[in-house]
Amino acid sequence: MTPNRRQFVKGGVAAFTVSFAAPAFLSDIARAQGATARNLVVLYLNGGNDALSMVVPYTNSGYYERRPTIAIPAGNVLQIGTDASGTGVGLHPRLTGLKQIFDEGRLAVIQRSGYPNSSRSHFLGTDIWSTADPSNPSGPGWLGRYLELMPQPLDPLTAWNTVRETPRTLQSRFVGVPAIPDPRTYAFSSPNGGAEATYSRQAATRIASHIPVDRPHLSFVAGTAQAAFQTLDRVASVAQYQPTVAYPNNGLGSALRAVAGSIVRGIGTKVFWVQTGGFDTHASQNPNQDTGAYYRLMATLNDSLLAFYQDMRNQALLQDTLVLQFSEFGRRVYENGSNGTDHGAGSTMMLLGGAIQGGLFGTAPDLRNTPGNPTLESSNGDIRYQTDFRSVYARVLDQWLGTSSTTVLGGDFRSPGLSFL
Amino acid sequence: MARREQRIEHLLRRAGFGGSPDEVAELSELGYHAALDLLVFFDQTPDDADQRIGTPGHAGVTTRTQFRPDLSITDARQRWLFRMVHTRRPLQEKMALFWHHHFATAYSKIADIYGGAVATRMLGASAGYNLPTGSPRGQIEVFRNRALGNFYDLLVSMARDPAMLVWLDGRLNVRGTPQENFAREVMELFTMGIRPSDSAPNNFTEDDVKAAARVFTGWNLAVGARGTNNANDPTLAYSYLYRADRHDTTSKTFSFDIYPGGGRTIAASGEQEGLDFLLACCRHPATGPRLVRKLYAFFVSELQPAPQAFVDRVSRTFYDSNFDMQRVLLQLFLSPEFQDDSAYFARYAWPVEFVVKAIKETGWAGFSVDGALSPLLAMGQQLFEPPDVNGWDTGPGWFSTGAMLARMNFAATLTGNQRFNLREAARPSKASPQSVLSFALERLSPSPFENAPYDELLAYLRAGTSWTGSDAELLAKTAGVTHLVLASPQYQFV
Repeated sequence: MTPNRRQFVKGGVAAFTVSFAAPAFLSDIARAQGATARNLVVLYLNGGNDALSMVVPYTNSGYYERRPTIAIPAGNVLQIGTDASGTGVGLHPRLTGLKQIFDEGRLAVIQRSGYPNSSRSHFLGTDIWSTADPSNPSGPGWLGRYLELMPQPLDPLTAWNTVRETPRTLQSRFVGVPAIPDPRTYAFSSPNGGAEATYSRQAATRIASHIPVDRPHLSFVAGTAQAAFQTLDRVASVAQYQPTVAYPNNGLGSALRAVAGSIVRGIGTKVFWVQTGGFDTHASQNPNQDTGAYYRLMATLNDSLLAFYQDMRNQALLQDTLVLQFSEFGRRVYENGSNGTDHGAGSTMMLLGGAIQGGLFGTAPDLRNTPGNPTLESSNGDIRYQTDFRSVYARVLDQWLGTSSTTVLGGDFRSPGLSFL
Repeated sequence: MARREQRIEHLLRRAGFGGSPDEVAELSELGYHAALDLLVFFDQTPDDADQRIGTPGHAGVTTRTQFRPDLSITDARQRWLFRMVHTRRPLQEKMALFWHHHFATAYSKIADIYGGAVATRMLGASAGYNLPTGSPRGQIEVFRNRALGNFYDLLVSMARDPAMLVWLDGRLNVRGTPQENFAREVMELFTMGIRPSDSAPNNFTEDDVKAAARVFTGWNLAVGARGTNNANDPTLAYSYLYRADRHDTTSKTFSFDIYPGGGRTIAASGEQEGLDFLLACCRHPATGPRLVRKLYAFFVSELQPAPQAFVDRVSRTFYDSNFDMQRVLLQLFLSPEFQDDSAYFARYAWPVEFVVKAIKETGWAGFSVDGALSPLLAMGQQLFEPPDVNGWDTGPGWFSTGAMLARMNFAATLTGNQRFNLREAARPSKASPQSVLSFALERLSPSPFENAPYDELLAYLRAGTSWTGSDAELLAKTAGVTHLVLASPQYQFV
């Protein structure tokens, strides 16, 4: 991590706080900005996902040679076809829901995504994927820059972060993003009841509305409090949402349930952030047993995404919904002595949604330890990237969010082959 | 409004968790330098906080059957919060919090592997709460004992700490199949860092990570005490063990200096290799400045980067004193940068700082620190559960809308709980809304209110009433206005 990671926030907080719009229930601003149900849900797998256990190149002999303990037997994978290199590819056996979505043509799998000189650090790696800028990973996030390009002032619910910290991807120089882990507890309470409680909320709201111009740190906190008051009532309406399917009782399931409620209620949110952790599997990865660490990660991922997908389909909103999954790096090709894997390089991204033209993009690595193997790097220990992750972002920005990827990403990463949208 | 003793309050907010009215008065009598001596040289003050748990005159703890901070992580969290509120050695607890953030270790991973009782023991066992005999002290006690000790000693303790050996998988690091997790983070997060800025070259390479992993092969874990060998057995404990037969004896070469003469290769020398490597990490020219910048942000100011002159000066002390943190902290608190009033309220309060200061200033009789645990989670800071090995995202990172609501709502819970105590304290000030507001702003220590928000507080006191000072009115309005001050943006700074 670089020391001045939040410097840009501090420099820009005065601007940040004035960008919160005046409060309005089912915001007029959101409507004026052409609110549609079209949305992007970014899903972060925290810890560095071992993509080789999620999307398995099961016909590659190197995979079994280099992972004698933790490889998934070819007979157990959920086959999803043969990629352009002729490698047979299958999903982890627990990903039955994603297999179903793949078969419906609504899941795109992008193998070997990454960037040159991949960082093996969780923190630097996350910053690079979040800023889409390996040369300046302390700056604002790629979706933070997208939010900055929208007409200002921005409705405070334009983006919705389901975790407590604002992820770098959504950090901006002057747009605040609310953190709403659970709409049901997103409320204001008072030590008194009745009229006193009403006076308390009115007073707290007005105190937060005084934004001192010469104390930017105080402005930042006041602006955050102000945004909380501006979003309370609309979020309360999301808390009432009754989904059409049962979501799994875990963090990712709850987050996606809230996202679904927000989309169905039409409160104007365009960008959501969800994440799930536990992917830093240095030891006892055990992807083959139902009690194993990686197997359980796949269960959480599969069941939550399937519930969300079905809920959105039942609500006739699948066509407007796009999920983009990433992780900060892939893991080492060979297993370590602890039945786990250390930090690696290239990884696999997935996208799903009603508008996705699904399929296999890119090719699997050849995992054999052969001299000059072009699909590996670091003495054949890590996967060399084939598709720059910024090309995937570019497609989403251009074809889904309707903005200019070259402006947001500061360069031309468009790749016509990535025809998933 | 002029505060009573601004320098002492500032010192107590930073070198502790704020002061109760009595503590501020006591230290003000002594004067700044004597107060600082008392805080920094805390060995002269008895550590009696644990003995006062469950006694009258203090915040409560909530026990299920028996209070066991060595077996129940909830009790370990309560014990720590109690100590933050009532310790007579506030800087020791404050530094323990700093080190917990710096060597961030999370309970949940350890509990997943060894069960909750063993995991709690690894983190929380202490002299007073410690079974069985032969169990090493928990990680938090190492942070306390070495709070202002030698950084190299602390680093070595962490490399051998059972909780750390599980958290970063050192227990599994053996010859032939090394484990890189600890090796990477000891350089990236605990000492030198990746690089000082985006444009600077990296301090270490991927080959350094692999070599360092081999240095620590054999730094493993063994059962230190065992009863029936059941995960919930209260007599099961683990301790560090160096296993020479699992150590990789080939030499390891690094891209940076290991030895003062410039040697970069560690020759086979068993466990000593790890000590040589950790000493090299302490000596590395990036480690002092990185640590000093982190200390500056934690103790002095988050409103600007640490001035280079400050970094140079304090780093020199770090190296010249052979990593003596007491010397480093003394210099920090005596620095003009710290004492200047521009540093007052120049830090975003961490959730535990906010909670503990609110309790100390509002009052605690009849309040259990257990009532702060769920709110702290919602504010983004669960003790013994940092989000990852990089610790918490501090500064503005604490302030999302959801976390801000959680702060406001904890303030509502606390003031609701304390409303009778608050009314009694406010009774002498009941004459007018202005006098009640003066009482609240004197009792609490928010950063200054400008006129407009001050007027909003006054408007709240006047809302719905033509002031009479009746008991019912004073009960509702004192709690209400105290809540509004604690919930205000102004109060979120220390």
